[in-house]
Amino acid sequence: MSTNKITTQKVNFKVFRFNADEDYLPYYEDYSMDVTSEEVVLDILNRIKWDHDGSFSYRRSCRHGICGTCAIKVNGRSTLACKESMTEMIKIFGNELTIEPLSKKRAIKDMIIDKADFWEKHEQVTPFLDAEIDENPTLENLVSPAEANALDEADLCIQCGACHYACPVVEISDAFMGPAAFAAAYRFEADVRDGNESRLTDVNQMGSGVWDCVKCFECAEACPKEINPIEKIGKLHNMLFQSGQADSNIATRHAVGFVKSIKHNGVLDEGGLVLYSELAGIVKHVPVALKMFSKGKIVPPWGITKSDNLDEIQKLVKSSSTAKF
Amino acid sequence: MGKLKYALFTGCTAKQSTPEQMMSTMAVADKLGIELVELTEASCCGASHLQDYDDFLSLVLNARNIAYAEKHGLTMVTICNTCQLNTAMTKHRLDNNAELKARVNEKLQEVGLVYAGTSKITHFLYAIIDDIGLDKIKEMVTTPLSQFNIAPFYGCHNIRPSELQNETHDTPENPYNPTSLDDLIIACGGVSVDYEEKNKCCGFHAELQSPKVAATLTGNAIAGAMDGNADWMVTPCPLCHLKLDTQTGHASHAIGREVSLPVLHMQQMIGLALGCPPETLGMKHHLTKVDFV
Repeated sequence: MSTNKITTQKVNFKVFRFNADEDYLPYYEDYSMDVTSEEVVLDILNRIKWDHDGSFSYRRSCRHGICGTCAIKVNGRSTLACKESMTEMIKIFGNELTIEPLSKKRAIKDMIIDKADFWEKHEQVTPFLDAEIDENPTLENLVSPAEANALDEADLCIQCGACHYACPVVEISDAFMGPAAFAAAYRFEADVRDGNESRLTDVNQMGSGVWDCVKCFECAEACPKEINPIEKIGKLHNMLFQSGQADSNIATRHAVGFVKSIKHNGVLDEGGLVLYSELAGIVKHVPVALKMFSKGKIVPPWGITKSDNLDEIQKLVKSSSTAKF
Repeated sequence: MGKLKYALFTGCTAKQSTPEQMMSTMAVADKLGIELVELTEASCCGASHLQDYDDFLSLVLNARNIAYAEKHGLTMVTICNTCQLNTAMTKHRLDNNAELKARVNEKLQEVGLVYAGTSKITHFLYAIIDDIGLDKIKEMVTTPLSQFNIAPFYGCHNIRPSELQNETHDTPENPYNPTSLDDLIIACGGVSVDYEEKNKCCGFHAELQSPKVAATLTGNAIAGAMDGNADWMVTPCPLCHLKLDTQTGHASHAIGREVSLPVLHMQQMIGLALGCPPETLGMKHHLTKVDFV
């Protein structure tokens, strides 16, 4: 049992306020409150509404970290309000906290956003078990622990949108499906009971596809359920290669190009990799490449210092490769 | 305290598109009395793309690189955030999964190597902070950078995922409020600029397949630093450096605003503050002119 005493400290909040029906621009309201070490972020939202301004609006429901409705941002950090302790927020950011909706540009009223883009993308990945069901089974359908573990906790997703609106690609590109939709796709692709035959192809082709992740790990940090969506995106990449569905495009050639380069040099041939990935598209890089060359930033293939003991690397590439393209 | 000695995993970029990073690393190590044993046997880390194609091969190759650091009995120091992530993530996964470690070692055995998990893996930034200390850096500064507003650009792979923070250095930092690079700027006598994009993504890893997204992220980062009144930017990651230094044309076009700032590698900034001759820091290799040296 923890014997920690409840402590109190003063925190200044800057709170995003906006009413799409009335306001031309959003503004921030300041509130100063004594915050106890036991409170979660949702307690603060409640106190703003109950003690300061009854018109303050936000979504909440279960208060148990399971309905996924109360996600907001504190100092830019995606946060499930009912789960995140104020002590942790103060520890990270100090006593000046900014409360904002998950996506400012999608704000309807205060913390409430229009999450339509999230749901539309989620829906497109066939986010349900697609299986032929025997309506009169004589035996249970057993799933082994190993098969269940293959989901890698992707089934814990509560669709709160924390990762989706933390993703910098989603923020600037409507075509990108986003980490939550991809994690959902993985969750059902990895399910031994699922029989859907087009989901993986869909994921590869819908929107801007599955290859535009910038690998920033914002989604991994944002997820209140620690699902690690970026890892699931990587697994979808692996599945596409393993199932032979990875078509030849810039991103797939880029991934495969590393093996080619490593086999040849141990180290990367940076120019060779861009050429292999882009093919004829290489021409668009020529102006910058010429400038880089003039500054000593491009090493020609014959000038690359290969790794020592290259034979070891070549042997390992041969014996340890598990994928084909 | 004996002389600090590390196994240096240079990564590929420092030997090709950012030669100035290699030069300034050696100049600063020399100044700080650090001995760097270069792992010339190391292969490419796969830069977070190889694993998309072949995860197991990526693990084996990274484990081989670490095995060479272990052979020297040294901490592995990286000078690229993505090398740091791929190497430290390999260590994390192997150290926490005996079966996977055994499978990888089965392969390494074929070439007479073994991954034991004995070497720590840390980025040069954190090696300097943990093992030399910012107070010592402050003492050693001969040319304080006091007239400069300097915008730190952390680079994703040093700060995220945070699960690796405790394993890679003594001073874990929060990805939402990192401080190491700000502290280093201050130790070098400079003024650190606070701006929203300092811990955000530069777009490097989607540059080929999604050039507009990548250029927008780069543009936003430089614009944020400019709006914060920065004289220049500094980064510990050569991949971020490539984006911020060489892609200003695309970045400006993507965000509809001319953006450009000199960008220094962390090592170049330390080198300037410690009085390394500028020609040893390789600023002539930059595309965006470093006009203040």
